[in-house]
Amino acid sequence: MEIVDTRGRSCPEPVLMTKHALSEFDTFKVLIDENVAKENILRLLNKMNCSVDLTEDGEEFSLIVKK
Amino acid sequence: MNSKKGMIVAGSIVGILAALLVKLGNPGNMGVCVACFIRDTAGSLGLHSVEKLYFIRPEIIGFILGAFIIAKATGEFHATSGSSPFTRFVLGIFVMIGALVFLGCPLRMVLRLAGGDLNAILGILGFASGIIVGAQFLKKGFTLGKSYTQNTNGGYLFPLLGLGLLALLVLKPSFIGLNGKHAPIMYSLGAGLLIGVIAQRSRLCMVGGIRDVYLIKDFTLLTGFIAILVSAFVLNNVFGLFKLGFVGQPAAHTDGLWNFLGMFLAGYGSILLGGCPLRQTILAAQGNMDSGITFLGLLVGAGIAHNFKLTASGAGVPVNGQIAVIVGIIFLTFIATTHSKRLKA
Repeated sequence: MEIVDTRGRSCPEPVLMTKHALSEFDTFKVLIDENVAKENILRLLNKMNCSVDLTEDGEEFSLIVKK
Repeated sequence: MNSKKGMIVAGSIVGILAALLVKLGNPGNMGVCVACFIRDTAGSLGLHSVEKLYFIRPEIIGFILGAFIIAKATGEFHATSGSSPFTRFVLGIFVMIGALVFLGCPLRMVLRLAGGDLNAILGILGFASGIIVGAQFLKKGFTLGKSYTQNTNGGYLFPLLGLGLLALLVLKPSFIGLNGKHAPIMYSLGAGLLIGVIAQRSRLCMVGGIRDVYLIKDFTLLTGFIAILVSAFVLNNVFGLFKLGFVGQPAAHTDGLWNFLGMFLAGYGSILLGGCPLRQTILAAQGNMDSGITFLGLLVGAGIAHNFKLTASGAGVPVNGQIAVIVGIIFLTFIATTHSKRLKA
């Protein structure tokens, strides 16, 4: 599965990377290390009606996204 | 609180506090201005020599400590750095120069409009244009690189700087200048703390508002921007502080071109940095040391802007300031072009 690694990227790069991935892949994984980035990405994915599976591991998050 | 409703509440409180601080003694339409307050603090510390602009602004101390406390309490304090700190420092300098050519940070730009200062409209147009130009580079993959987790104690240095400023303000050693027009210190500090907490929780960001609408059609952050405008407008009218027009506005000039270009530079620099001066201050307080360096860039930029006679006054923008804005726009375009690559998933 394609992995979009947004860890360490400052706002709004994580959202733009996810948006870009949406245009290229049907299913992918997003790695996130910030609450703000997570909130922004989830808002985008909700708006795009994607199915999202969120797992939390300490301070990091990963999302499996399906269009 | 990252919803539209939360943003309306957050923005309204900031707008109300800003109007109150003017009523209590802050300069006109300057209830809150991150750029002006950093500039006054720079003056107090001896980084420039315009004596009427010497004041360690308690609001800034409040933003830092309020955001730090709430970030610690909510587990969002995280020491990071490593994303082009020196580049961010220089960008911070130019954002400050742009803001001082317009005479206000993006937040004061909104507050000026809320006070009836129509010159702010040119500023808003310039600010939005700068953001849209910067957004083109973001679409092309502009990045200042990744940041990395660092030793937590490094993240405490910025909040400690806030405490240090508070100590200087309270102890008033003779080498500190404190002349600026201001509201009573306890009120300013209290308002600053509250705004620091609100801005940290809501992610309020003036540049983010326009950027998110343009790039991802998300209006959440812009809602905060509008709530500040509306609430400050209402309260300014209640207090009799509203005065509609271009001429004779407090701490403003009527040169439309340079109002536009000053805020163009500030908006362009802020979007490359990932947030406006308020947001940089809040991020720095929650452990982002790259934003801490940006804050220092803003501080040094204020010193440079006054020492090199770049700043505007009621009479307009000096030639030095006009040259600095053009140099800044060219420099930002160089940084944006050389740091852009295709987004890779």
